[in-house]
Amino acid sequence: MIEFTLWDILRNLLLATRWTVVLSLVSFLGGGIVGLALLFLRISKRKSLRSLAKYYIELFQGTPLLMQLFIAFFGLGLFGIDVPAWLAAGLALVLWTAAFLGEIWRGCVEAVAKGQWEASASLGMGWLQQMRYVILPQAMKVAVPPTVGFSVQVIKGTALTSIIGFVELSKAGTVVTNATFQPFTVYGLVALIYFALCWPLSKSSQILERKLNVAHRNH
Amino acid sequence: MNYHFEFGWLLEYYPQIGKGIGITAELIAVGAVAGISLGICCAWVRALGPAWLKPVVAAYVELIRNTPFLIQLFFVFFGLPSLGLQLSELQAANIAMIVNLGAYSCEIIRAGIQATPRGQFEAGASLAMTRFETFRHVILVPSLQRIWPALSSQVVIVMLGSAVVSQIAAEDLTFAANFIQSRTFRAFEAYIVSTIIYLALAILLRQALAIIGGFIFPRRTAR
Amino acid sequence: MSLIEITEVRKSYGATEVLKGINLDVASGEVIAIIGKSGSGKSTLLRCINGLETINRGSISVAGAQLLDDEVHLKALRLKVGMIFQQFNLFPHQTVGGNVMLSQTVVKKTPKPEAEAIARKMLERVGLAHKFDAYPDELSGGQQQRVAIARALAMQPIALLCDEITSALDPELVSEVLAVVRELAAEGMTLLMVTHEMKFARDVCSRVVFMHQGRVHEVGPPEEVFARPQTPELKQFLGLH
Ligand SMILES: Nc1ncnc2c1ncn2[C@@H]1O[C@H](COP(=O)(O)OP(=O)(O)OP(=O)(O)O)[C@@H](O)[C@H]1O
Ligand SMILES: [Mg+2]
Repeated sequence: MIEFTLWDILRNLLLATRWTVVLSLVSFLGGGIVGLALLFLRISKRKSLRSLAKYYIELFQGTPLLMQLFIAFFGLGLFGIDVPAWLAAGLALVLWTAAFLGEIWRGCVEAVAKGQWEASASLGMGWLQQMRYVILPQAMKVAVPPTVGFSVQVIKGTALTSIIGFVELSKAGTVVTNATFQPFTVYGLVALIYFALCWPLSKSSQILERKLNVAHRNH
Repeated sequence: MNYHFEFGWLLEYYPQIGKGIGITAELIAVGAVAGISLGICCAWVRALGPAWLKPVVAAYVELIRNTPFLIQLFFVFFGLPSLGLQLSELQAANIAMIVNLGAYSCEIIRAGIQATPRGQFEAGASLAMTRFETFRHVILVPSLQRIWPALSSQVVIVMLGSAVVSQIAAEDLTFAANFIQSRTFRAFEAYIVSTIIYLALAILLRQALAIIGGFIFPRRTAR
Repeated sequence: MSLIEITEVRKSYGATEVLKGINLDVASGEVIAIIGKSGSGKSTLLRCINGLETINRGSISVAGAQLLDDEVHLKALRLKVGMIFQQFNLFPHQTVGGNVMLSQTVVKKTPKPEAEAIARKMLERVGLAHKFDAYPDELSGGQQQRVAIARALAMQPIALLCDEITSALDPELVSEVLAVVRELAAEGMTLLMVTHEMKFARDVCSRVVFMHQGRVHEVGPPEEVFARPQTPELKQFLGLH
């Protein structure tokens, strides 16, 4: 049997971490774009569009991400395509992220005082202009901390893609464990790497949130 | 796409599905009760407890909240035995869920405690209650009431997250779905059905928590 | 011997000294009104007596119980001294009866039936026996404050500290609370109250303490203090009213 040094283990894990990072970025950006679309549906004037977005969000927030991954993986397969794991993983994570970001952002838009809508309407702005010049700029400020905070959930969410065979940090952890028979060390290291990725984001989210609260109080 | 959907197997495999639902329900019931209890203890430490314990709890909370549940589960199930702690799949799943929910609920409950008006602490003190008695009898219930919606959401999130315990062969609902798909090769149907069941469970759980909330907090208003 | 002995008490928040050497002895059965401008340290003094704030210098004792900053001593002191707050601070999740029974059962370990009997008696005293099963948010401010008084009385204290207990009330509700306090005074309860109700102070109190910039500036029976103020500060303060 080959001996693995701690460095061997760590190096293998770090190499795989690249894919965790890439997948997280893709999911977050893709999810952001779809989430923005969802947001507009969710706050649109047409009730049918609003409920469409609402059901989408409830569906994705009310079912396990793992199931969404399975369905993407096996569902795409039904179209006769041989689905690579990364595609299913990316698709499911984008849709899942979108649901959460859409809902977070809706809360931020609704947090903008009603008087702002009325004031901008009284200035003769149309809906799009109101959004573009008055509502979104204010909502965006409030949205930053929870959005940064949710990016942590996205990174942690990517761990599930190991289950459908995408090779990222968690999968590498399993592979390395099977080779070294040192689950305690390996999973400990895997956890620490995730922590190193997530903690700065969590902390920034907290700090931004606190700053925002202070700014609000000084109003 | 000329795929024929086929749900006839449902009848044949309902015992597996039933058992899976039972185990998922058991996991979240135990996880919620023990996890929230752990969260209350940790929140007490972070908000009002002894100074030397605070960093310990803070480290626990940060560590759990910044690592995936899957890795926590693997660490408990595969990692702890090397320390001589042998656990069954179900025990490992239970522990991982309790530890996970404990950390999240700690933060949620702490926010509730911190939103307590200072006068409540002072009223308790002026009636000769100790700090702990004041917490236990005066602060705790209104604090929990304040954050009950957030806590309920977290419980639902942990229930949905429990799907990964199938990866250590705990025989939950996802395990049943995997089992059925390996037997019938009807992966898509198996996962659609179990997804619908999860959705129903999430809705039920949310209702149940609202009802429980109504029991624990008979008064609607909480400041 | 005095019931409450306050000797050379000093209290600072950071660099600002809020109490600058307070001396005050209160005999059993005395009713003391503490008056003074906003920020003169009235609340701080009361809160120190009940151990809600720790003092930096000096000593406070109540019926021989020393104020020390540990839970055993604090508890002993607080069992002797009750406190009523401006904002009532009733427990929102407990009924009126529950509010009055809670600390009896928790602190004194009084058996429930007995605690309930005491609670009913105290609520009777403040005229709210019929509200036993109501929740605080179903009561008016005046009623809530009377419950708070009953809650403090249920611990059978030998003195009560009242910090502007009518200031948060609508004017028409003030008198019902003051009537309760008047009755307590008549029954011989020792009372220390911060108040802006000058007429009440004149009618009910045995002594008036005027505080100014963290010191006891003038003390005396109400007839003296109100009729013949000695210092310009007190004259100015009374003139403002
Ligand atoms: N927790 C605190 N931290 C810092 N300063 C405080 C604190 N509490 C009170 N102070 C300061 O101590 C001084 C005295 O406050 P205190 O509340 O005792 O005044 P008061 O006489 O009760 O006034 P009021 O009539 O407005 O109630 C004030 O200048 C106040 O700003
Ligand atoms: Mg005051």
